[in-house]
Amino acid sequence: MTVTEVVLRCLIVLVGFLVLPLLIGQTEHKLMAHMQGRLGPMYAGGFHGWAQLVADGVKFVQKEDVVPSAADKPVFRFAPALALASYLMALAVVPLGPVTWGANVPGSLVWVLAVGGIGTLGTLMAGWSSGNKYSLLGGLRAAAQLISYELPLILSCASFAMAAGSLSLVAIGHAWTPWWLIWQLPGALVFLVAATAELQRPPFDMPVADSELVFGPYTEYTGLRFAFFLLAEYAGIVVMSLLLAVLWLGGWTGPFDHQIGVLWTLLKGFGIALVILWMRMSWPRLREDQLQRIAWLWLVPLALLQIAITAAGVVLMSR
Amino acid sequence: MHTGLGGYLVLGGVTVAALLLFAAAMVARRLLAPRAPGLTKQSTYESGVDPVGGGWAQTHVRYLAYAFLYVVFAVDAAYLFPWALVLRDQRVGVASLVEMGIFISVILVGLLHFARRRALSWDDDD
Repeated sequence: MTVTEVVLRCLIVLVGFLVLPLLIGQTEHKLMAHMQGRLGPMYAGGFHGWAQLVADGVKFVQKEDVVPSAADKPVFRFAPALALASYLMALAVVPLGPVTWGANVPGSLVWVLAVGGIGTLGTLMAGWSSGNKYSLLGGLRAAAQLISYELPLILSCASFAMAAGSLSLVAIGHAWTPWWLIWQLPGALVFLVAATAELQRPPFDMPVADSELVFGPYTEYTGLRFAFFLLAEYAGIVVMSLLLAVLWLGGWTGPFDHQIGVLWTLLKGFGIALVILWMRMSWPRLREDQLQRIAWLWLVPLALLQIAITAAGVVLMSR
Repeated sequence: MHTGLGGYLVLGGVTVAALLLFAAAMVARRLLAPRAPGLTKQSTYESGVDPVGGGWAQTHVRYLAYAFLYVVFAVDAAYLFPWALVLRDQRVGVASLVEMGIFISVILVGLLHFARRRALSWDDDD
């Protein structure tokens, strides 16, 4: 691989990282507006307010960046970079087609799970360094929630890896058969719930619960740094949706997949993203201890059950 | 299938790109955004009243239990991934299935015990 190709691939991943979250954000605006019987943004850009998020970005970059006197300043300033970097690094290995990816490494599934932890660190750093009680409480809630839901996420990913016999996302996509839709269904549900909680989206948004904690770990953030946390959230939806599309829905597999495989992955990922958005629009927030009980008493046992089903299936079929 | 070390180069490049993106955005903000620091503006936000005490508030220790649980299960997960790759090997297949079954059941019993001792519920009256 030449240096030019490496740079080109990095640039393409970067462009995807900056464009796809905007599409998800605009979809959320419009979908939420329609579900709640209102218009949503209609002015910016002329046609149905398509430029609203671009305008938001321009607004954020012109806002003053306030760092509280009580904050641990270097940590406070650097935390948004970690939140942002985590999903950009994850997006690089998510394959869109059998030969379309940013990077293809043998352990790409492990890479995604590993760099996902960096984002958690960013949230915890933001909460603790702000010198604010809301932020501290939000940061602790976030840390407890993110580690609790990371487990079911990792366990369900282990099940997919087991079913394919590989830790490479590309190889998992190749090993996929339509049977997985039923065989891996419990694991996929666990993944979807755990991913929503990892993204701190409603109904799992206790760390940023506005009626209790203002905005949790991000309370003291303003301007562009604040916008980066939001961008990271939407980039997270993109990464998690595409990941589940590749793991459970076969990614690029579909009619005419030699010609339009990439389109299939994007379409399936978009469908999953719609479900994640839909959950936000229709469900109220859980209570903090209810959230933890769901993770430990439902998702973890269910994920372990899925691993048992997968292991039995693999051993029986390979005999 | 794999493209040698090229993939890792891209991963390194993307990491650098993330930091560059952040740096570039901060430069843009510095050029475009106003700067007018002030004592009131930089004081800690506490819903409009003057901040009480510092930001180092005491909080409940109940989160500690989740940390313990997490460590146990994270190690469990670390054992699962290598197993996922050797499961198809005929020499270890069925035997490893039984062994992992025992291993995971022991941890599950621990989790059940944890829940039965009400470590996962937050009622203050018991």
